[in-house]
Amino acid sequence: MSAILPPSKRIWWKQPLDKIELTWIAIAFVWSLLLFFMMPYWHVFGKQNLSNEAYRISAENYQKKTQEVVDKYTVRDETDQKIPVVHPPPGADVYMIARLWQWWPILELEKDQSYRLHLSAMDYQHGFSLQPSNINLQVVPGYEMVITVTPNKTGTYSVVCNEYCGIGHHTMVSRLYVVDKK
Amino acid sequence: MAINALFRVDPKSGLQYHRDAEMLMKANAVAGVVFLLLGGVLALVVALTRWPAVHLLSADWFYLTLTAHGLDMLVFWIIFFEIAVLYFCASTLLRSRLATPRIAWLGFALMLIGAITTNVAIFQGESSVMMTSYVPMGARPPFYLGLILFAVGALLGCFVFLGTLVIARAEKTYEGSVPLVTFGATTAAIIAIFTIASGAIILIPTFLWSVGLIHYIDPLMYRTIWWGFGHSSQQINVAAHVAVWYAIAAIVFGAKPMSEKVSRGAFLLYIMFLQLASAHHLLSDPGISSAWKIFNASYFMYFAMMASMIHGLTVPGSIEVAQRGKGFTKGLYEWLRKAPWGNPVFSGMFISLIGFGFLGGISGVMMGTEQLNMIIHNTLYVPGHFHATVVIGTTLAFMSLTYFLIPSLFKREVAFPGLAKWQPYLFGLGMYVFALTMMGAGTLGVPRRHWDIGFAGTAMPYEFPGAAYLMLGLVGISAVLAVIGGGIYILVTVWSILFGKRVEGAGYSTKQTQLKMAAASAIEAHGGGAGAMSAPGTFTLALVFLTAFALYYFINWKYLSQVWGLS
Repeated sequence: MSAILPPSKRIWWKQPLDKIELTWIAIAFVWSLLLFFMMPYWHVFGKQNLSNEAYRISAENYQKKTQEVVDKYTVRDETDQKIPVVHPPPGADVYMIARLWQWWPILELEKDQSYRLHLSAMDYQHGFSLQPSNINLQVVPGYEMVITVTPNKTGTYSVVCNEYCGIGHHTMVSRLYVVDKK
Repeated sequence: MAINALFRVDPKSGLQYHRDAEMLMKANAVAGVVFLLLGGVLALVVALTRWPAVHLLSADWFYLTLTAHGLDMLVFWIIFFEIAVLYFCASTLLRSRLATPRIAWLGFALMLIGAITTNVAIFQGESSVMMTSYVPMGARPPFYLGLILFAVGALLGCFVFLGTLVIARAEKTYEGSVPLVTFGATTAAIIAIFTIASGAIILIPTFLWSVGLIHYIDPLMYRTIWWGFGHSSQQINVAAHVAVWYAIAAIVFGAKPMSEKVSRGAFLLYIMFLQLASAHHLLSDPGISSAWKIFNASYFMYFAMMASMIHGLTVPGSIEVAQRGKGFTKGLYEWLRKAPWGNPVFSGMFISLIGFGFLGGISGVMMGTEQLNMIIHNTLYVPGHFHATVVIGTTLAFMSLTYFLIPSLFKREVAFPGLAKWQPYLFGLGMYVFALTMMGAGTLGVPRRHWDIGFAGTAMPYEFPGAAYLMLGLVGISAVLAVIGGGIYILVTVWSILFGKRVEGAGYSTKQTQLKMAAASAIEAHGGGAGAMSAPGTFTLALVFLTAFALYYFINWKYLSQVWGLS
């Protein structure tokens, strides 16, 4: 029994290394550096990165900004709750509100066009989960995240809430359309 | 030498128990197992609710039991048991009396009162805020108060551990340096102090907010500091269960570390870098820069991951060297084939080690990569990962250690040895399937902490693919298997302690013998292992691990490259 006994030599740090330990440490070190540099590499050459743009904002101000965009670009409404469907021009700033227990409004975006998507929460924390793409972002009240999105496939997507936000959490689900260029 | 301290020697292992430390270890271990039982029952009902074909509980009970399950398992069961492990590694392994037993009892009492307070608050309702209790969602004040009391108690336990190290050194209870396992436990204690401090820094203001003395807590600040507690507490587990792996290798095989320098160096890397990983939870958050995320989420260039890869080699490597020394030298794997697979102390430890590395380790690095996190953040992948690390890694390692402690610490024979023999397989392999299928469901987008992925009653439901439902069905079935395995552990442990046959041994006396240095092995006598290739089987296994790791890692980058452009 030795891992539970004091080392057999007082000067244990001078004991030479076993060959396989040394080899494995070298492999693990190189692998660690590779894993590390993958992240900056992807920031330069990859096309899927989180933006670093975010602002502090009050719920009221965020609501106001969202309303302005909704008033400008709404094309129709859907469901009994008459949730507006917003079709902004490519390159525009689009806003989405997360609140108990709803995503608002519904967005309609064009394929291969970029939009500045703003996300913030009105009350608790929420989780923006775009399905079936499985892109997931944390939505925090008091903070407005701005991320440039470029949809690459047309279709009807869903936005699910994946941060627990109370008893109605599982009812917080909405749609997002991606259509061909008009 | 101390006066009035009573010791006994366990005849089989030769370990020397201080009576006060012995009682404290028993109390902490038993309290831990009680919370494991509670958490296990909750695990069953949570899993049966997420199994779509069963969907057992109502939404409010689901969120309530999930909150209680998280805290009872991740905090109360594990930290109670860890305090027992800390006392074992300081007092028993160093043959020292425990420092200030009265303060240790005070710590235990605070932990117990705290754990009960928080549980009562949760079960009274209005505190179903999940383990994370993210503001501005608020729980009732006793919820936070219980956690704070528990943390203070655990902190006292850490100080008793450190005090015992000081006493052992001052009273010269051991020769040379502390054993590797004690070194690992010290790592766990240092991480624990950082963790508990983070918990206090965020939970005390949150408690004051819940009683109305503070008006606003910034949600992002809360997340940043809370994860210094929430994630770091899992790093205590890593350090503690790696120490337990080394201990079991030593107890079962008489294995010695391949080299003290490497294993201790790896623990040192844990102390320096492991805590940075709390950034893993903030990778998809607004308002935190990519530079900060990359630096921290990579534990500074993955040096802490490197440490885990080193332990992953040296623990089985030390077993291989010991086995080869006993003559199991045929081929690459005779040492492993001829290992005592019927002894739950060993089988549990080995299943824990492989599962922690292959399932928990690889998935952890994937999800801790800044960009890759976006494709699993807050999905079932996350609990899939941490059930592999905390349940397969920590809980199973502690279960294995228990089978050694029942005769050694509790002086009882293990009851139902036939059941005990199968327990690690049922529990461990059940959890393997559980963790894998949870990760599979997460890859398909299934959210965590979600009562109904059918979205019944909503105007615009999302229809998850059939494969997601299949995965959740498998999650339910494997959870039932694992819960049965966990139930057997509790049955065996409780039955042994209450009704098990007594193991006769020497009585208590004030006689204390000094812990001698390990005998030098044959390899060292020949001038060290330089140039030798002492564990080729383990090295081959490690290369298999690396291949799986690299394949899985790059498959996920490929997957990421196919989603929407984001910048």
